[in-house]
Amino acid sequence: MERIDTIRKISDELTNELVVCNIGFPSRELHHLKDSSTHFYMLGSMGLASSIGLGIAMSTKRKVVIFDGDGSILMNLGSLVTIFNQNPDNLILIVLDNECYGSTGSQCSYASTVNLGRVAEAVGFKNNFFFDGNEKELKFKEVLKSCGPVFVHVKVKPGNANVPVIPLEALDIKDRFMDEIKKIETNIA
Amino acid sequence: MDGSQAVYNTLKQSEINFVVSLPCVNLDNIMKMVEADEDIIHVPVTREEEGFGICAGAFMGGKKPAILMQNSGLGNSVNALASLFELYKLPVLMIISHRGTEGEFMSAQIPMGNATPKVLDALQIPYFNPKTPDEALKLIPKAWKIAEKNGTPVGILLSIKFW
Repeated sequence: MERIDTIRKISDELTNELVVCNIGFPSRELHHLKDSSTHFYMLGSMGLASSIGLGIAMSTKRKVVIFDGDGSILMNLGSLVTIFNQNPDNLILIVLDNECYGSTGSQCSYASTVNLGRVAEAVGFKNNFFFDGNEKELKFKEVLKSCGPVFVHVKVKPGNANVPVIPLEALDIKDRFMDEIKKIETNIA
Repeated sequence: MDGSQAVYNTLKQSEINFVVSLPCVNLDNIMKMVEADEDIIHVPVTREEEGFGICAGAFMGGKKPAILMQNSGLGNSVNALASLFELYKLPVLMIISHRGTEGEFMSAQIPMGNATPKVLDALQIPYFNPKTPDEALKLIPKAWKIAEKNGTPVGILLSIKFW
């Protein structure tokens, strides 16, 4: 399954969840499929998607869905340890695993020899899903029903969709995202 | 008042309610006070750069974040401070134990100790050097106001002699 089709299939199931999307083509693909004030697109700080998502999950009641990648989670494996220990029930960490650094020319990552799902299990994650890239098998509704923290390992094909860069400034992305969080939190209060 | 109590009091005064930490022997007492405080979410992390990512998310989620760290961790956080905090204009209060300063007993701390102010200058991050608990009481709340107003990290460098 192509990564953009995986992102489409997952984002079709999302309603008001907050989304943190990894730097580079994953953010471009998500933005191209559907733009929303619930999306935080990373324009820098590779490796920190899961950490940014954890900070949001610990500060709001809303469900947080993180689109991370194999190369970027390998930069910050300690984050799995922190997420497991903080145990946020509203966090879903998706690793879109194409076994390479897709945004920089598809150089191989170690995810071809190390099973990232088993790494998460070894850290202690209880609710784990693995999807092997077969579109029919990818059932995200079940993931959304699970209590977090949830680790979702999805194998995708290497390569990027031919989509443009995101035409938003960093401050616009942040301000819109924070307004979205404030709006709903105010309603809850 | 000792230095640790002064720093903790300013966190409370500034309404900091989310603290990420990595230990330093000089930060031990502040970490204990933060951990015991039910109004502060305390998140020990595995590496400073990860901690900055968490602080960024916490701020966007409505919290007032601070990080307790040794200056050695500044080096492995440079990209996050530039391409996350500067880019998106995010505030965070950095309470930094500044090792490698006058009175340091461990020579290994000196290179990063010397580099620390220059790294902050290169990143255009404002910082303060309170020399005494009284100075900390004045400067830390001022630092957090600058961080919030300008959307920037602000450093508090606490040298060996401060403790």
